[in-house]
Amino acid sequence: MENLVEAILVGLLISDMTVLASSRVAGCIRVTAMQGLLLGVLTLLLQAEAMSLRVVLMAGIGMLLKGGVFPYLLARAGKEAGVQREVEPFVGYIGSVLLAVAMLVVAVWLGTRLPLQVHAGQTLVVPAAFMTMFTGLFLIVARRKALTQVVGFLVFENGIYAFGVATVGEVPALVELGVLLDAFVAVFVMGIAIYHINREFDHIDTDQLSSLKG
Amino acid sequence: MTILMLALLLLLLSGVAAFLLRSRPTAASVAGAAGPVAAAMLALVPALTVLRGGEVLSTELPWAMPFGRFCVQLDALSALFILPILGLSALGAVYGIEYLRPYIGKYSIGSSWLCYNLLVASMVLVCLARNALLFLLAWELMAFSSFFLVAFENRRKEVRNAAWTYLVATHIGTAFLLPMFLSFGQAAGSLDFAQFAGCLGPAQAGVCFVLAVIGFGTKAGIMPLHVWLPEAHPAAPSHVSAVMSGVMLKTGIYGLVRVLSFLVATPGAPPAWWGWLLLIVGAVSGILGVLFALAQHDLKRLLAYHSVENIGIIILGLGVGLIGLSAGAPVVAALGFAGGLLHVVNHAVFKGLLFLGAGSVLHAVHTREIDHLGGLLRRMPLTGLTFLTGAVAISGLPPLNGFISEFLIYAGAFQGTVNGAAPVAAPLVLVILALALIGGLAVACFTKAFGIVFLGEPRGAAAAAAHESGRLMTVPMLLLAGACLAGGLLAPFLLPALATAVAPLAGAAAIAPLQTAGPLLVWVSGISAGVLLAALLFAAWKRWLLTGRDVRRAVTWDCGYAAPSPRMQYTASSFAQPLTDFFEVLLRTRKHMRLPDVHFPTAANIETETPDVSRESLYAPLFNATGRVLSRVRVMQSGCIQVYVLYLVLTLLVLLIWKL
Amino acid sequence: MTSAPLVHLFLGLLLAPLLLGVINRTKAFFAGRRGPPVLQLYWDLAKLLRKGAVYSQTTTWVFQAGPVVGLAAVLAALALIPFGGAAAPLHFNGDLLLLAYVLGLMRFFTVVAALDTGSSFEGMGASREVQFAALAEPALLLALAAAARKAGSLSLSGILPAAVPLSPELALAAGALVIVFLCENSRVPFDDPNTHLELTMIHEVMVLDHSGPDLALILYSAALKLWVLGALIVGMLVPTVAGVPWVANTVIGLAGMLLLAVVVGVVESVTARVRLVRVPHLLAAAGALAALAFVLVLR
Repeated sequence: MENLVEAILVGLLISDMTVLASSRVAGCIRVTAMQGLLLGVLTLLLQAEAMSLRVVLMAGIGMLLKGGVFPYLLARAGKEAGVQREVEPFVGYIGSVLLAVAMLVVAVWLGTRLPLQVHAGQTLVVPAAFMTMFTGLFLIVARRKALTQVVGFLVFENGIYAFGVATVGEVPALVELGVLLDAFVAVFVMGIAIYHINREFDHIDTDQLSSLKG
Repeated sequence: MTILMLALLLLLLSGVAAFLLRSRPTAASVAGAAGPVAAAMLALVPALTVLRGGEVLSTELPWAMPFGRFCVQLDALSALFILPILGLSALGAVYGIEYLRPYIGKYSIGSSWLCYNLLVASMVLVCLARNALLFLLAWELMAFSSFFLVAFENRRKEVRNAAWTYLVATHIGTAFLLPMFLSFGQAAGSLDFAQFAGCLGPAQAGVCFVLAVIGFGTKAGIMPLHVWLPEAHPAAPSHVSAVMSGVMLKTGIYGLVRVLSFLVATPGAPPAWWGWLLLIVGAVSGILGVLFALAQHDLKRLLAYHSVENIGIIILGLGVGLIGLSAGAPVVAALGFAGGLLHVVNHAVFKGLLFLGAGSVLHAVHTREIDHLGGLLRRMPLTGLTFLTGAVAISGLPPLNGFISEFLIYAGAFQGTVNGAAPVAAPLVLVILALALIGGLAVACFTKAFGIVFLGEPRGAAAAAAHESGRLMTVPMLLLAGACLAGGLLAPFLLPALATAVAPLAGAAAIAPLQTAGPLLVWVSGISAGVLLAALLFAAWKRWLLTGRDVRRAVTWDCGYAAPSPRMQYTASSFAQPLTDFFEVLLRTRKHMRLPDVHFPTAANIETETPDVSRESLYAPLFNATGRVLSRVRVMQSGCIQVYVLYLVLTLLVLLIWKL
Repeated sequence: MTSAPLVHLFLGLLLAPLLLGVINRTKAFFAGRRGPPVLQLYWDLAKLLRKGAVYSQTTTWVFQAGPVVGLAAVLAALALIPFGGAAAPLHFNGDLLLLAYVLGLMRFFTVVAALDTGSSFEGMGASREVQFAALAEPALLLALAAAARKAGSLSLSGILPAAVPLSPELALAAGALVIVFLCENSRVPFDDPNTHLELTMIHEVMVLDHSGPDLALILYSAALKLWVLGALIVGMLVPTVAGVPWVANTVIGLAGMLLLAVVVGVVESVTARVRLVRVPHLLAAAGALAALAFVLVLR
């Protein structure tokens, strides 16, 4: 049981690294989907003692949205925009991997420093959550394509979710639903925006948006 | 101790004799080389006795100098440095007799020998001095004598530039040492080293530590204070490069270690950031040093950058030791310090060997450009064999000595990584990473250096016409190569001597854990010897298999291309290109290319050059800015006598007014 | 009990060429071919040892020293590797370093032997070999450091019969080691042992000019190296059973080795070789995995 939680968290860390090291946008989207599923399972495992219909429902909705709906929307937006690869990101892939290791070290250090109440024996939850948040932020900063940045946003959201699961445990259903709805709207809006940006400019490189400035 | 003083005197006498005989260069060479050889033989006995745990020798001579006392002492730490200094200097001197022969009539051989002997004597004195004033005096003598040695071929502009760079850099280093010694002196109330131990408070100790790292680090050539090194070492005659790179850099390490022994004598563990600082400095020097070496295609420049790398490894060892000390892990501390200090000796042996080998090549082909060489192993078998030995040793591979010292540092780092708490394990795993990367890159660099220079076909007429150097040059190289092998196979016997040398740093508590490393080294040396033996056996077996069979000689597989030429071989630049491209961000290699853009082959060329990044982007702007600011002051220099007298009068007046 | 290390050493010497046979048969199966016999490498070795030799006019003794030093070094490595839960024939604290560095010695001499021919193809292969090795070395040692800390031992024989089989940390370290294993042994996706174009080879091109007994030694050394690094991975992943005769654990270990060979064959069948410029990315990934493993152990 504890080993399983550990394995899921390690899986989360590996998925963070994969998303940083991968240049294929479709691959990144798939990894995010997997993260969503992993987090759902994680919620169920951590709340195993206090299993209720509400917990199962929340985890189910989360898995459905993050593991199914969002990736589908993103993949469709990517297909319509004709984006396959992130070419020439601001930070190269080897650099990203090295930075990932550095982020991991910082995350673990933060995890030992923050006086947080975590489930007994689950010392990896907080570092994994931090690492996932860092990864999301890094993707938003260091990549050019709008689509990858949305992926970054989703990864960031996953990190926050993991953090919440780890520390708070029982989140009021309304708040949790609200967060999911926010994410949903965000992905939806960004999908539409990407579609329109692409139609107007034939690319979705955000660094060139600055040329719109009057 | 009298013997050592006698050795110093002999060095001076033979230097002066060589200078007096300067009108007869051959005699001057013999007279000049006799000094270091005799000194080395004399000093061998007391140094070995002290290292084997004998009594520490000390003496004091009368010296009329305010605050200065001519007190000298030979303890195990000094002995550990003096042995390679004198040994390598003696071999270098023998080598120099023949190496300098082509320069007869062009440059002054006699004065070169005077400087050489002064350099050797001052290095020995630096290691013996137990008074800050005496130390600094020897330190400056060392700087000046080596400056003149670097400037030996003073009619060449690049040599003069290199020498000036060296002089400026070394004095900037000394500028950091002065305040350090002064604050020691102030706290201790005397400039004698005996009073220095543990006299500083924590804050002052931290400042002095940083000053020592910068000041001594400049001499040792840590990044980014190394800028003089890749200039000065190629410019000097090769036996001088060997001595400078092999042992003179180590006086910087000696100074750092000596000051560290004062600093760690205070009760309580040293702060962890000291160890971190050394680790970072060591890792940066090591990795960048080997990377820049990889990008070079001037043989001696390549070796010079490797000195930066090896100094980095030594500093890493010291850093492991400090981390161990501050964490209260005596095993880690002892292994780290011991590995670092052993690497001092080992590097002296193989870097001396490699520079002598490079000199032998230079002597034969008159070019240091690796890409013009090739096929020298057939023409210079002894130089080739010894260079290969040095190359394997410097790559830190078994069965030679380079592996032993790296093994000790690694063992210390692994010990802390496996058993230590997270704050100890985290820095030490960085050491493991840095050493692994350095090791891999060093293999890349030395397969390149040896492979391109000595193997394949000659890439130019000069290389094709090369000939082996004479005995006076090959015998020192063979002796050093033998020392590399002995250092690898006899390592367990070196450990007791090392333990006595480490004691002032890691404390007496360190000796016992170091003894436990003895059996490990027996394993390492034993297996190394086994590998060597097995290789010889297999070679014999293969020869036996092939006797009576059809063994033919043919051309190298040319892939069906009928007219291969030596110029089609892979060059040093092409060999290193994948790695230099990969580390482009750090190296900033400049490429000048002319590529063919038509379908049929036409003339094309590519030139690469990797200038020193810190010199170009750090020092050049800094010095230019300083120059610009200072040029304002030049209006004072009118060249008119009256104005100067006016300055004098004004100064006197101001002083009078101020004092009254 | 005491005879176990020697038996394992002997098994390594005997069965190492078999691994390559298994890999090739697996690949043939995936390609729908019959493939060479499993024992093909043994026949090749026997034949090569009976032949004469052709040496290039350019070469010197260094060329001939390459294969013998390589074999001697890899034999030392074999003696340091524990197998099937028993200690290695030779073991001491820090033997993992010696393992990494004797393999380095082997590489050094293979590379200089390649450069000795003066062929630009072999220079090219040598250049690639040292590049990849330099980048693989940190990943290897970091993965070993992680495993060593997990086991609390500095000796491979203390590390390898993994105390907690299949813990996430060790799985990650083993993952890094698998990448290093494929790289060091010049397998797909780093190098294609079956390629016939000199320009694209790495290991094969370095030994292009060796023939007869020299080539036999090289092929055998390569097989042993595959065995050594494979045993490292198998030892880390395959659990040993307590309370049974050591022979049982030996059999489990051998099964693990065969499984590894099959996995390598499958990987080679289903993946393409990566472009040379992308190889450092893979090695960086190995380093990242090892770092992750280490951070997890450190925690």
